[in-house]
Amino acid sequence: MQLQGWGRHPVVDAEVAYPSSRSSAVAAVVASTGNPAIARGMGRSYGDSALAARVISSRYLNLLLGFEPASGRVRCGAGVTLAELLEVFVPRGWFLPVTPGTKIVTVGGAIGSDVHGKNHHVLGCFSECVECFDLVLASGEVVTCSRSEHPDLFHATCAGMGLTGVILEATLRLMPLKSAYVDQTTIKCANLEDALACFETCRDASYSVAWLDGLATGNQLGRSLVMLGEHAAGGALHVAGKRVVSVPFDFPGQLLNPWSIRAFNALFYNRVRARQTFRRLHYEPFFYPLDSLSDWNRLYGKGGLTQYQFVIPKPAGLDGMSAVLRKLAGSGHGSLLTVLKLLGPENANYLSFPMEGYTLALDFKLQPGLFELFQELDAMVFDHGGRIYLAKDCRLNAAGFQRGYPRWEAFQVVREKYGARGKFGSLQSERIGLG
Amino acid sequence: MKRLLIVGATSAIAEATARRFAAKGARLFLVARNPERLRDLVSDLSIRGAASVDCAVLDANDFDRHEAMIDDAVSVLGGLDIALISHGTLGDQARCEKSFPLTLDELNTNAISVISLLTHLANRFAAQRRGSIAVVSSVAGDRGRASNYVYGAAKGAVTLFLQGLRGRLHRSGVHVLTIKPGFVDTPMTAASRKGPFWSHPERIAKGIERALEKRKDVAYLPFWWRLVMAVIKLIPEGLFKRTSL
Repeated sequence: MQLQGWGRHPVVDAEVAYPSSRSSAVAAVVASTGNPAIARGMGRSYGDSALAARVISSRYLNLLLGFEPASGRVRCGAGVTLAELLEVFVPRGWFLPVTPGTKIVTVGGAIGSDVHGKNHHVLGCFSECVECFDLVLASGEVVTCSRSEHPDLFHATCAGMGLTGVILEATLRLMPLKSAYVDQTTIKCANLEDALACFETCRDASYSVAWLDGLATGNQLGRSLVMLGEHAAGGALHVAGKRVVSVPFDFPGQLLNPWSIRAFNALFYNRVRARQTFRRLHYEPFFYPLDSLSDWNRLYGKGGLTQYQFVIPKPAGLDGMSAVLRKLAGSGHGSLLTVLKLLGPENANYLSFPMEGYTLALDFKLQPGLFELFQELDAMVFDHGGRIYLAKDCRLNAAGFQRGYPRWEAFQVVREKYGARGKFGSLQSERIGLG
Repeated sequence: MKRLLIVGATSAIAEATARRFAAKGARLFLVARNPERLRDLVSDLSIRGAASVDCAVLDANDFDRHEAMIDDAVSVLGGLDIALISHGTLGDQARCEKSFPLTLDELNTNAISVISLLTHLANRFAAQRRGSIAVVSSVAGDRGRASNYVYGAAKGAVTLFLQGLRGRLHRSGVHVLTIKPGFVDTPMTAASRKGPFWSHPERIAKGIERALEKRKDVAYLPFWWRLVMAVIKLIPEGLFKRTSL
């Protein structure tokens, strides 16, 4: 079966197993010999982290297995999506403490990439709301991992990109929710320095994120709209009606060019007039603006897209970001959507992406010369002590990975200990030298 | 509060339908072959709001146990408003062509077991003079195609049987719904290549719920399959036999 990531590149011909119970998942792991296998959820990672010759899909490990209404603790299969959790639990007054920018990801995938959201500076990564999970090891043995049970395996599996085994089910802690609405404050920032200062001043905000004009130059370099959010104190607890529009076909790739992107960015920025504006909106458009446009990756044409997301530690933040943005503005490659975010401290997971600093995520149409540009950007990121996000990546090399993730050797030791090396692997893990 | 018996409850279409009824506080009695999935499905539907969820493990081809299972379901649910039959297998057509025992298995699972269940259910519903019987047949039963005629023949038999049963039960006020999904992305079709004609179980489930509410006779799901199949049925046999559909 032909498989691809969200960026639609690369494409592989994979043998896919669809277990629908614990025992069939174990059987799928045991039956996979020869080529390494990788677990896959909704296929929302951009690159090749859920691609391999053998794939074990969590799509049908999709049942809710337990819920404690008193504590908000929910146990569910690895293939349950965040969208399904919200649909069931928002009306009962519960929300995901940490959520990424799309809800169409599975719980297993969210753990494997240790995803983060607009509140990373306050609550950290997705793993913060994970109490424990059951993992199928290479041998077929199922172990429960938590911060106290097999802690090494817990910390290797959270952000472990599926390279330690296959997650069967997980226990998450939801947080109480009073309203399905969010109070959003938008602050218009003239340039990068202004935006970073704004993040610092507003670091008590529950949620913060900035949309940034990746093509502005000079003293407007990095002009942004910083968006802050707080759960509203009152209001209904309803799930928004699903008016999802889908992109019906591949748009011509030429539609996205430096001119159209520049025009879009200018419009987006200038749409907001005042320094500070306020609005109350449903959590859906606040957290998941792109989920209402299904298959939006088709906007980038047949050739596909990729996202370049990096983090630079705080002390070097302004210099590093400025250097990257200058390089980009002069490169001829425009990013349609650029997102800037303040991140909180690093956690104990070996390969977790966030570290105290600033992260920038840029979407690009795949075209010749792009990866060469990324190579140059990599050098700047690494020189400033930063790293690249694996969930978005399809081209990082082993040297770049090792420089950005100094705990990679400890990660390999854990994989070795539990027999995962050679058994679990993806195109990405091979490319970045993890095997 | 609706009381539902669902046979083949772990099929993706049945699960999605059960979730819609669970969210409305229905009482459910689930029947399926795989005890592991069934047990977890009971948890899932309870969490989603079902007033009660009970289950029984049964192989649909164990015809002798059908009547007792239905008795159990009715006594546990305290009555029966809707029976949904949704079990099935998509056999390997090429292998069936070489083996009659395999073909017989497919016919038993997809047609004979359904007819057995319907025979028992029909009498019960006729006696109570209300309720709905809904069966997942398929667009594949509308015309025999070279690529999939064993499955198609079984579904075609079910469709015809239901047509007759509808006429019989109509007089008793019992609603009989024939559900004809097109291509649906489920574990049963995991091996097939997906394209623009494919749909998701959630969409089919929504259609089933609506067809039950509106007491429809036949529901093509999604609706445009009615048109597609009308065209396919119009193709003259002399031409149709040359296609590889």
